[in-house]
Amino acid sequence: MAVSHCFSRAASAFTAVLLFSFGCVAASHIEDQAEQFFRSGHTNNWAVLVCTSRFWFNYRHVANTLSVYRSVKRLGIPDSHIVLMLADDMACNPRNPKPATVFSHKNMELNVYGDDVEVDYRSYEVTVENFLRVLTGRIPPSTPRSKRLLSDDRSNILIYMTGHGGNGFLKFQDSEEITNIELADAFEQMWQKRRYNELLFIIDTCQGASMYERFYSPNIMALASSQVGEDSLSHQPDPAIGVHLMDRYTFYVLEFLEEINPASQTNMNDLFQVCPKSLCVSTPGHRTDLFQRDPKNVLITDFFGSVRKVEITTETINLQQDSEIMESSYKEDQMDEELMEPLKYAEQLPVAQIIHQHFEDSFPLCSALHSF
Amino acid sequence: MGLLSDPVRRRALARLVLRLNAPLCVLSYLAGIAWFLALAFPPLTQRTYMSENAMGSTMVEEQFAGGDRARAFARDFAAHRRKSGALPVAWLERTMRSVGLEVYTQSFSRKLPFPDETHERYMVSGTNVYGILRAPRAASTESLVLTVPCGSDSTNSQAVGLLLALAAHFRGQIYWAKDIIFLVTEYDLLGTEAWLEAYHDVNVTGMQSSPLQGRAGAIQAAVALELSSDMVTSLDVAVEGLNGQLPNLDLLNLFQTFCQKGGLLCTLQGKLQPQDWTSLDGPLQGLQMLLLMVLRQASGRPHGSHGLFLRYRVEALTLRGINSFRQYKYDLVAVGKALEGMFRKLNHLLERLHQSFFLYLLPALSRFVSIGLYMPAAGFLLLVLGLKALELWMQLHEAGVGLEEPRGSPGPSAQGVGLASLVAPLLISQAMGLALYVLPVLGQHVAAQHFPVAEAEAVVLTLLAIYAAGLALPHNTHRVVSTQAPDRGWMALKLVALIYLALQLGCIALTNFSLGFLLAATMVPTAALAKPHGSRTLYAALLVLTSPAATLFGSLFLWRELQEAPLSLAEGWQLFLAALAQGVLEHHTYGALLFPLLSLGLYPCWLLFWNVLFWK
Repeated sequence: MAVSHCFSRAASAFTAVLLFSFGCVAASHIEDQAEQFFRSGHTNNWAVLVCTSRFWFNYRHVANTLSVYRSVKRLGIPDSHIVLMLADDMACNPRNPKPATVFSHKNMELNVYGDDVEVDYRSYEVTVENFLRVLTGRIPPSTPRSKRLLSDDRSNILIYMTGHGGNGFLKFQDSEEITNIELADAFEQMWQKRRYNELLFIIDTCQGASMYERFYSPNIMALASSQVGEDSLSHQPDPAIGVHLMDRYTFYVLEFLEEINPASQTNMNDLFQVCPKSLCVSTPGHRTDLFQRDPKNVLITDFFGSVRKVEITTETINLQQDSEIMESSYKEDQMDEELMEPLKYAEQLPVAQIIHQHFEDSFPLCSALHSF
Repeated sequence: MGLLSDPVRRRALARLVLRLNAPLCVLSYLAGIAWFLALAFPPLTQRTYMSENAMGSTMVEEQFAGGDRARAFARDFAAHRRKSGALPVAWLERTMRSVGLEVYTQSFSRKLPFPDETHERYMVSGTNVYGILRAPRAASTESLVLTVPCGSDSTNSQAVGLLLALAAHFRGQIYWAKDIIFLVTEYDLLGTEAWLEAYHDVNVTGMQSSPLQGRAGAIQAAVALELSSDMVTSLDVAVEGLNGQLPNLDLLNLFQTFCQKGGLLCTLQGKLQPQDWTSLDGPLQGLQMLLLMVLRQASGRPHGSHGLFLRYRVEALTLRGINSFRQYKYDLVAVGKALEGMFRKLNHLLERLHQSFFLYLLPALSRFVSIGLYMPAAGFLLLVLGLKALELWMQLHEAGVGLEEPRGSPGPSAQGVGLASLVAPLLISQAMGLALYVLPVLGQHVAAQHFPVAEAEAVVLTLLAIYAAGLALPHNTHRVVSTQAPDRGWMALKLVALIYLALQLGCIALTNFSLGFLLAATMVPTAALAKPHGSRTLYAALLVLTSPAATLFGSLFLWRELQEAPLSLAEGWQLFLAALAQGVLEHHTYGALLFPLLSLGLYPCWLLFWNVLFWK
């Protein structure tokens, strides 16, 4: 009797030890998952989709933008978080033989105009000024909410631009241009105002790579449809509608995105492979040096979708002292302490230094005389 | 001291110019002619290309299939026309309305200055019928025109049938962004002119036309169609318009792309396109077509309804279906598809056609010569006149200097007399020109009363009579002209005549290069050579042979020669008389400028040279 009792106690102790060890392992697994949970650092997604050219023969640029809009909506970003700028109305153009549709493929398989399109900036409202105001947030108070980019420092923003471009500029509506320097400065303003966590910039124009050459703000990844000196080509003409329906690069990006669903684990490296030179004729380019994470860890849905991260666990998670989140909050505490000290402003015009410099340059022998 | 202000150097320069003048003139003239002949050859001729981005590179699929309907309409139209003898207006109105257009009519009337023997018209009154297809979703701010001119000699009923069938097809489409006007005119060009004047609310030619009830916005482009039968072997395109104006080259490029797409045989000047541009054959055929185009452009006639549209800066073409003895024929569906494609592409336009050339020459349908490359030919020819004038000026100046030195003060008075002696010949030749312009039409009734000729013949014969009378001038009027310092008198007159000719030819060459070049090529050598000394009969014969009337006569022969239907002398003379009558008529009915230019401008100038030749 005592032996069975002893045996059962040993067995229960053994199982308790086993369970405990399993629990430890499981707990560390949960912690890994928790680490993964916070790895991308963003909590909301925005998209700014811009088509800059008007006129019927630029049908393909509107189709490009609408196809990205369609994918982005399908993957979960709501209209309230999309700023769609279309410079002309192709669906209701009198020359459109299929009114209220914009097709992306010549057999008219895919109507990217769809049933509910919310165009925020339409027709002549698509200007360089409006675009920059949207990005930087310097918008007059009367602007309706749907026309604002209300992003914060935990937003991942997708910016897609298409139209006619050249080496270092993108043409808006036949009357003005935005240069790559202006765009880079706008992104820097966004960074300084903490308006994004990470930014994905895609451009489909001729010589598109020139537009991302000047970026200097962190956490930006950029893709372009062609290198400097190359033209981006259009995909297919449609003899029934009478125009080219889409550009090649965006056509293959759309094909790629149609395979993505909100649970996909496809990463950015796959997007970089879309449309090789054999299909696109131009050479697509990308830039990742400003981006802190490795592109192979960046999911497509980090930018193109709005994926709510939900992990159900019955375990308690002990967020350790050395985890990332605690570190950043720790740093914030330190910064708060620093702020308690009185602020000191740098001298706007260092008069003393200027005069000293001048004096030194003109009277090199009299260096002993200065006593300011 | 500068080159021109130093008298010693100036005299040296003058001597140099005087010595080298003759070889330079000959060289310049030959360079001009050679440059012109070289225009058909590859470095100077380029391939055509579509410049307008909106008309782009994409092709649209044509869906026109109304060939049977077109033939049925054509049969009905021909039957009604035979019955009524004139344009069946009521039938046209009914049919257009049944097809779905907004139909309007316009009546017009005109009394021609004298009866037109070629078309057998004198007092003309007719009705134009036009239907407007409104763009379904656009404001009616712009329009395109498809016009079929119907005359009594060419009923053009197949074209009317095709127009109605196309209208029915177009009415079923929703992609029109511009209104389309389907216009059927009576008395072909007269009706077209009446409609255009009423549409643009102007009165340029004295036509009485009723105002238009229906309008459709600014016309962007027009196509005129002439079909002689329902099966065609080729489509011929005519581009030369009134006073040598040409449509924008993009319209021709558009036509040519649809020719290639539909596999249609398209011709220019009625000739097949030269295929082989690498060897000598292609350029030589191109030269033949270039010369034909130059002759047609120089005549300044509207070679089809399109020629009248050009004045209002509406780009227009005339397409003629030719039925010849070839094996492969195209039916109305093929022609209809080409027209449908053209109109669909023109529908994409956002602005008027302005990207491509307005001034060009065509050695072939797919090759063109731009104005920058052909203008030097005219420049070289006019340089001869400039050089000769310079030589005369220097001779006059030297002679004047030579005379002044011993005499001193009577110099100015001698010069004054010289100028006065010029005024008389100038006034008299200009008066002859005015008589040539005004008298034939004014005096036709008087002439018809006194001589047994019809009015048209009277006009032409009066024209020729006044022209010939001008030849007798120098013998009759030289008494009026004073004969002091005879050498300087004729030189001064020749100088003025040379400058006058150069100015006129320069201005003409700018707007109508072909006319300017043709006249320069014939008149410049004899004008440069005319002088009272030497063999007078030879120079007189040369001058008569290169007078404007003789140039017209010669170019008729050249034109028929190039078309491989050469004329005999008698036929040529008849054609010449007909051409004179047409020239005067077209000036009065459409505002063609060849007749006033020749009679008021070039004929007096030529008379001045005649005066110089017979200076005593």
